[in-house]
Amino acid sequence: MDWLTPVWLITKRELRDQLRDWRILFPLLVLTILFPFLMNEVAYQAVEFVAKYGETLLVDRLVPFSVLIIGFFPITVSLVVALESFVGEKERGTIEPLLTTPLKDWHMYLGKLLVGILTPLLSSFLSIVFYLVLVSHQKIEMPDGWVLAQLLALTAAHAVLMVSAAIVISVQSTTVKAANLLASFIVIPVAILMQGESALLFWGNNQILWLAVVAVILMAGLIIRLGLAHFQREYMLGREIDVLSLRWIGQTFWRYFKGQAHSLGEWYRLEITKMLRQLWLPVSILLMAAVLAFWLSFQWTVTVVPEQVEAATPENFQKIAEEVKGSPLTLGMSPNLSAPGIFAHNLQAIGVILLAGLFSFSVLGVLFYLVNLSLIGMVLGFLQLMGYSAPLISIAGLGPHGIFELPALILASAAMLRIGVVLVTPQSGRSLGEVWLEALADWAKIAVGVTLPLLAVAAIIETYITPNLLLSVLK
Amino acid sequence: MIETYDLTKHFDEFQAVEGVTLRVEAGQILALLGQNGAGKTTTVRMLTAILTPTRGWARVNGFDVVEQAEKVRASVGVLTEQHGLYPRMSGEEYLDFFGQVYRLSPAARAERSRYLLEYFGIAEAAKKRVGEYSKGMKQKLALARALMHEPPVLLLDEPTSAMDPESARLVRDEIANLRSSQRTIVICTHNLAEAEALADIIAIIYRGRILLSGTLEALKEQILGPVEYEAQLSRPWQPDGLQLPQGVEMTQYNGSRLRFRVKRPQETNPELLRQLAAAQAPVVTLQEAPRTLEQVYLKAMAEAQKAPAPLLQ
Repeated sequence: MDWLTPVWLITKRELRDQLRDWRILFPLLVLTILFPFLMNEVAYQAVEFVAKYGETLLVDRLVPFSVLIIGFFPITVSLVVALESFVGEKERGTIEPLLTTPLKDWHMYLGKLLVGILTPLLSSFLSIVFYLVLVSHQKIEMPDGWVLAQLLALTAAHAVLMVSAAIVISVQSTTVKAANLLASFIVIPVAILMQGESALLFWGNNQILWLAVVAVILMAGLIIRLGLAHFQREYMLGREIDVLSLRWIGQTFWRYFKGQAHSLGEWYRLEITKMLRQLWLPVSILLMAAVLAFWLSFQWTVTVVPEQVEAATPENFQKIAEEVKGSPLTLGMSPNLSAPGIFAHNLQAIGVILLAGLFSFSVLGVLFYLVNLSLIGMVLGFLQLMGYSAPLISIAGLGPHGIFELPALILASAAMLRIGVVLVTPQSGRSLGEVWLEALADWAKIAVGVTLPLLAVAAIIETYITPNLLLSVLK
Repeated sequence: MIETYDLTKHFDEFQAVEGVTLRVEAGQILALLGQNGAGKTTTVRMLTAILTPTRGWARVNGFDVVEQAEKVRASVGVLTEQHGLYPRMSGEEYLDFFGQVYRLSPAARAERSRYLLEYFGIAEAAKKRVGEYSKGMKQKLALARALMHEPPVLLLDEPTSAMDPESARLVRDEIANLRSSQRTIVICTHNLAEAEALADIIAIIYRGRILLSGTLEALKEQILGPVEYEAQLSRPWQPDGLQLPQGVEMTQYNGSRLRFRVKRPQETNPELLRQLAAAQAPVVTLQEAPRTLEQVYLKAMAEAQKAPAPLLQ
């Protein structure tokens, strides 16, 4: 464990600093002690209120919800510590002596990450324990051990996620003020995430909540990896002020988008072929995932749906029919498909995959991509159940335009996946912004040079050829 | 030893340092002089392996600053432009922390820390928080940190700034001691008298490029011309009948002072004195005309600012 000694050294020093700073200690102590009192009073009032109507279910769920909230607040307050960990030292001029030492980059990074996590976590757990002690003295039912373990795991996961993101912001910012302003990009998404988790808590679905714990930890791991990949000593001292230059952004994007080419032909020959070569691995991964998603959804439809149909009552069918009729998807569907409409719809799907991927290290993007392919598997499964031949329908209804549309979808999604991979890969001598712009320009090359033309061809075929072919097969 | 060749650093389009080539042997002190923003700190940061050169290379204590950055950092003691102390730690804790960073044993840390605190006269404040230290005390503590692990190479940015004359003298003495123990030292300073007193080699950096470098004598010769001798007179005197020996040229006369450029002073100066006496010149002293580093620096900078292009090529 010799490698941990320098990490612990950094952590220990910062911890000692925090324990000597009343401006950090005071709000933390107040929150740790005062907030559980407040929540307890709210829970008590809620019990009294609900009891008047002879209801208890809500109260059962209220305590776990309160625990989640109580754990969250000290983390948001002590996030300041993580936010100023690097940029604060830079502003005070204390970072340079540290950078001149033989400490490795990751020693400093993990040392600061650890202290950033330890303080809020300790405060959160103390607050939770304090609240549970208060709850235990009242007539409110305590959550069982399993739920408590889940809540503590969620709180810890939130702390790791928020602190790891705060450290990335701290490294990339040039002033403490800027870092604090950027903190809303952490607090707001996590608050939204917690709304979802709270819904799960009230719903009482513990299995899915465990998945949420795993997802948050996975996301935190990716953010830590991102931070480590882009932590450079030089970056700490190289820039003095934040400058948002749209001209620089435009020029950098264009430089990477254009590459070495001087004409369109050269661009295809040099840049697109290079990109396609670079995409072989993500394309292979997504191709395998596509086959798996398609096969699983098809199998699920042909095996599970008949059982459910058999068990369903006429009322169930009626309800489903009404829901389908009223769903926005159905309402927005036009019976007359047009090539531009199909093209725009597919373009939207590619755009959604990119956007989802950009803010989730490609994880959500890949998920949306898989949903698209699973839907095809499900539709074919339903057609099989209705007595049609799935392979024949696939060839007639999917084949003609799918030859163009599926490669377009896979290539655009592979380029999106590559953005996430590039972001968590160490890139020396370049800023995170530059790396991100290059990855985005690479995606744009594939989107403009390959995906868009393929989707345009696919839309024309889907409008004028596929319906006729499909009708002749269905007859 | 420090060796650099064509060391260059660009920040986007800004050329911070351009083609710096230097060599400082063990036991030598290099003084880097230049205006604010000339590139001194960037050069030092490259030598500390914090900034990666855009072009060229540098070796510090035999290690390459890019390939062996960690070994370079272990070999150098750095006094940064801002002292960079943690105000909530005591002086003793601060030195102990850096001792741990440099992996010194607890006994070595304690001994070294005690010695340095005593040497710099801040032992009494060892247990006080650094935030309570005066400016000079902070500077001394920062210097103690740089010396904590007894590094073979020292890079000191303004080592005596904010110090009282006594403390500054103490620091200068320590730097001189360190030179005698075969350490390689680079000082960035605006204090030209300090540079003159300490440096074996002087480099003047202007807009990222080395304008001049060499020993003080060589720089004086290059910028101010050959040595001149000055005769101080007790009263105004006309040198009309003065016979100058061969190889002597009178360069200045202002009534009470005469200046001569002498090619071989050892041989010619006694003859010059004889001629002055023969001409009944009321000479009080004959000595080498004072030529300071300040004169060299100011003249070099003035020439560089007047015609930067030829000087920088």
